[in-house]
Formats: sequence, structure tokens, C-alpha cells
Amino acid sequence: MRNIGKSYKEVIALNDISFDVADGELFGLIGPDGAGKTTLFRILCTLIVPDQGEARVRGLDVVEDFRSIRKSIGYMPGRFSLYQDLTVQENLEFFATIFGTTIEQNYHLVRDIYTQLEPFKQRLAGDLSGGMKQKLALCCALIHKPEVLFLDEPTTGVDAVSRKEFWQMLKRLKKDGLAILVSTPYMDEAALCDRIALMQNGRILDINTPQKISEEFVGVLYAVKSSRVYDLLIALRAHPLVLSCYAFGEYLHVTLAKSEDSKELESHLQNQGFSDLKIHLVTPGIENVFMQLLQQTDEK
Amino acid sequence: MIPLLFFMPIVQLVVLSYAADFEVKNLNLAIVDYDQSESSRHLIQKFTASGYFTLVGSFRNVKDGTNVIEKEVADLVLICPQHMERNLENMRVAEVQLLFNAVNNQKAGVASSYCQQVISAFNNEHLRQLAMESTTSTPARLTVDVRESFWYNAQLDYKTFMVPGILAILVTMLTAFLSSINIIREKEMGTIEQLNVTPISKMEFILGKIIPFWIIGMVVMSFGLVIAWLMFGIGVTGNILTLFSFVAIYLIAILGIGILISTVTETQQQAMFVTWFFMVIFLLLSGLFTPVDSIPEWARALNLVNPIKYFVEVMRSIMLKGSSLSDLNSHFLVMTVFALGFNLMAMRSYRKTMG
Repeated sequence: MRNIGKSYKEVIALNDISFDVADGELFGLIGPDGAGKTTLFRILCTLIVPDQGEARVRGLDVVEDFRSIRKSIGYMPGRFSLYQDLTVQENLEFFATIFGTTIEQNYHLVRDIYTQLEPFKQRLAGDLSGGMKQKLALCCALIHKPEVLFLDEPTTGVDAVSRKEFWQMLKRLKKDGLAILVSTPYMDEAALCDRIALMQNGRILDINTPQKISEEFVGVLYAVKSSRVYDLLIALRAHPLVLSCYAFGEYLHVTLAKSEDSKELESHLQNQGFSDLKIHLVTPGIENVFMQLLQQTDEK
Repeated sequence: MIPLLFFMPIVQLVVLSYAADFEVKNLNLAIVDYDQSESSRHLIQKFTASGYFTLVGSFRNVKDGTNVIEKEVADLVLICPQHMERNLENMRVAEVQLLFNAVNNQKAGVASSYCQQVISAFNNEHLRQLAMESTTSTPARLTVDVRESFWYNAQLDYKTFMVPGILAILVTMLTAFLSSINIIREKEMGTIEQLNVTPISKMEFILGKIIPFWIIGMVVMSFGLVIAWLMFGIGVTGNILTLFSFVAIYLIAILGIGILISTVTETQQQAMFVTWFFMVIFLLLSGLFTPVDSIPEWARALNLVNPIKYFVEVMRSIMLKGSSLSDLNSHFLVMTVFALGFNLMAMRSYRKTMG
């Protein structure tokens, strides 16, 4: 897709978005709520028309060739949108029929996932647990043998175990040559993608492999801990050597320009009366890079 | 849901048919008799014997009489003035006064016509008596005896008139609401988003929405006809196939309206209100309760696009009059245009692509 733009009245939902996804690639859109991920999905799934730019799915234009695109994509909206008053099996049959196929014909595509659902196949979709619902939705999105899969926040509101299973399924699907575009607000899931795009306020901040993105971190990162967390935060933010400091779980993540500065910082804090201080070097993750990118855009 | 769909219209049909009975019975009558003569007593006796009136009291003066109207004890007061008998004997003309409580003007109108019947019966009797007494001189005036005969509804039974109309309304309401709520529900549940990315065409989608409700409408219609026949003894005088072919076209038109509403609204509340808005207007103009001819010119123009009006007319003429297809050609034509028109509009306004 090239230079995609979409705005709603005053709000610019998407601003000049461009990227490519290859066959057999698992591409992640990472960003907080309101970053424009869902809007992007809707454009690619031919549900809304972009104001600017052009997008192609398997070489087909999303505006002109929307009919052909709809045959070859599988879309799983962020909100559970199967028929809650139909059973698991009825839902699957319904979507298979709409695409002019049968469950038997494409059973091999969904077998791994559907076997987990089989014990509940007579249960109403509305009565399934969150994880099961997402698995069913994935089955329904796969049953017509799509070439591209669009998954909008498939793991939001799903328990940790089911999330893990879900990502394993995606890995398997990818091996069959499916191009998968997935969005998530969880940074830990970003590392499981082949490439990711970090999104914020309708813009892409960065696109790269998770590995490369982690390496883009500028400076050195330390985790600091003390029982007086709030005082520590204030003290660190006031220190001239500290480039940035924010809470990260039970630690405070502190960015310094170079590692030699850490000694000086440690003695400074001890002088300030932080006796139970713990400080150690950490490898920056995607989230750290994301925070740094956000800070940079804010400063601009 | 399915039992509800059948149970509700049946109950409504039965209850409404009894409730929407305009027949006025048991009118409460108060008497103020200043004359206290044989003639005045005879007139009063005629009133009470007519079966329409219940005597609730006799009073000495008009003030007391009007008082009971104010207290809603009486619906009307009959006032026989002094010298009524004398005037009747001497001048052959006597006057009585009738006061009606016209808060419910329909009831007052019916009461007034009952009174006229009673008084003219009294007159006739009086004239006949005079004629017998004076066999010699002036020959008695020729009295014209008007005998009314009501066609298609011999006993002027309101139920015969109302049941076909009410059945028409019930089938309309049911299908209009079902179809207008349906697509909205898909919007609210989010299922429409999943459906929109599939290759199904607009035509298939609309047809998929129409067919089930069309079947429900036809079944409820048949059910209603059976109830009308069993409970009220109102059968279909005309050709039942003609009736059903009209219903078939009519339901497509109504479902088209419902679906059109659901494509332009966003929530179930909006759809409900919009559907109500149109249904109430269509219903009140339909001629179910009031004759279409008595509504103002502009409203009659509005009635040209009122599908319920055509349906009520067709129901009544086929069920009661036994009209045939050739009598109702124009109705069939108009309804076919509606069915095509509303559904094409619905198809146009349904967009799989948003924003």
C-alpha cells in the first residue's frame, strides 16, 4: 500500500501510510488504541474507501477490484462478529456456504484449530469463552482458503495460554504461504512477527524486523529499583545525565547516553539517601524503542 | 421467538376485534318531564323500550338534568316541555329537547341517531292513531316507511367490518418491525462487518432477509384467516387465491420498507421510532377506523402512497364483497410498483462499503 490517508471530519485517522507484505510473511501492526490499526484493516478489506493513496491486495486495487479481493481474503474484525445465536458448527457451515465452498473441502486448513473446538460444536457461539471465540473466528476466516489473512487484534481480551496457542497457529498458517497481517497492542506479541510496523496517531513510526527494531535503541538502558519508587522517579528525572525515565513493571527504566554514566548516577542516588538501590543493565526491547520513538515525535 | 410470532397476532386479532367495536349500547338516559302527560310518558316509555337506553333518573328541572351530564352519570337528557301533549293535539307539532354529552362525539352522534329513530317511531304511531280517529275528513298523510338494508354486512356488525382490517394491520406491523430490526441487529452485533467482506451480492443479501419474513407473514396471514372464520364466522367471500396473491406482493412491499429503514438507521431505537412513525401515519390514514372519504384532500393525496390503505381495501372487498381480480386490477398494479420500488431503494441504500 502506498501513501494511504483517511480522515474522519477533523480527525486524521491515517496519515501517509505505506508498506508491503510478502507471501508467507507475518506482519504485525503494533500500536496503542486509536493508532489507526482498525481503519487500516477496513481499507484493506474493502470496507471503507481511502481518501488518498492506493492500496493493493495481491495486485488488486481495494477500490476498483473489491469484489475479487473479497473472495481471496480472510478477515477477522476486532469485535467478535460471528452469529452468537448459531452453534459453532452452524457458523462455520454458514461462512463456508457464503463463499461457495464446504467444510469438507477445506477441512485441512482448519483441522488443527477445529479439533479443539470439536467438543463444543453444538454449543452456541455466544456461549464460548473468549479464547474459543477467537479460534472459531479464525476458522471462519480460513474456511474459504484465503490467500491473505487480516486479523484485527485477535488476542485482545484473551487469556495468556490461549494467546500463546493462537500465535502458534499463525506460525503454522504462515508456512502454508499465507500472507498474514495482524495487529496487536501487546509488545510481547510483536516479537513473534516477521516484521512489524510501529503505529501512533495514524502514522507509522518505524517498520522493521523485531530484532532490528530492538537494535535501533539509542543509548544504554538500565533498570533501577528502590522501595521509594516515586521519589526515585523524581530524582532520576531531575538528573542531567538521564535522557529518559519511566516506570516499567516494578523497575524504572532509565536511558543514559553511555554506560560510564551509570556509576556516577548510582553514587548520586546513594547520596540522596536511596539505600536499597538496585541497578542493572538491560537489553532494550521493542517497547523501549517504541517509547523512545514516541518521545522523539513528541519533541518534534 | 417463533411461538411468540404466532401467538401475539392471534391474541391481538381477538382482543382488538372485540375492543374496536363502535356499536354504542347502554346509553344512560336522564329525563326531565315538565308535561307529566300521557303523551310524554308514552314517549319516555318508547325510549326505554328501544333497548339502547338505560334510564338513570327523572328530574324536576333542566338544571338537575344537566348536572347529571356534568357528573357523567348520564349520556343524554330528554326534556319534555310543558304543554307538550296540548301542542301535539292542537297544533300537531310538539317539541322536545335532547342534550348530549358530546365529549365523545362519536358516541353522541350514534346516540342522536338512535333518538331520531325512537322519535320517528313515536311520530308514525301517533299519525296512525290520528288517521284511525279521523276516518272522515283529511286523509292521513302518506308516511314513507324507509327500510334499510345493509349489503355485505347484513347485521351491520362492526366485527365483520373490523376483523379483515385488523388482520391486515397485524400482518403489516409484524413484518415491518421484523425486517426493520433485523439488519440493525447485524449492525449492532458487528456481524454485518464479517458479512460485508464476503462475496455475497446486495441482491442475495436483501433476498436472504426478505424470504424468511415473507414466509412468516404468509403463515400468520393464513392463521389469522382461520381464526377470523372460526371465532367470528367471517370467511373469505371472494377467491382466496386472489387474496393470497395480493398478500404475497404486499408483504414484499412492506418488507422492502422495513429493510429500507434498517439500512438508513444505526440503532434498534432509531429503527423502531422510524418504523412507528410511518406505521402510525399509514394506519390512521388507512381507513381502518375512519372512512377514507372523510379525511381532508391533502391527506388523501398522501394516501396514494399508503400501502396499508390498499391492503385494508383489498382485504375488505375480497373477504366481504367477494371482489375478483378484475375489480382490483389497479390495486394489484400499484402494489407491484410499491414492491419493486421500495426494494430497489433498499438495495440502493444498502452499502457494503461504509464511510
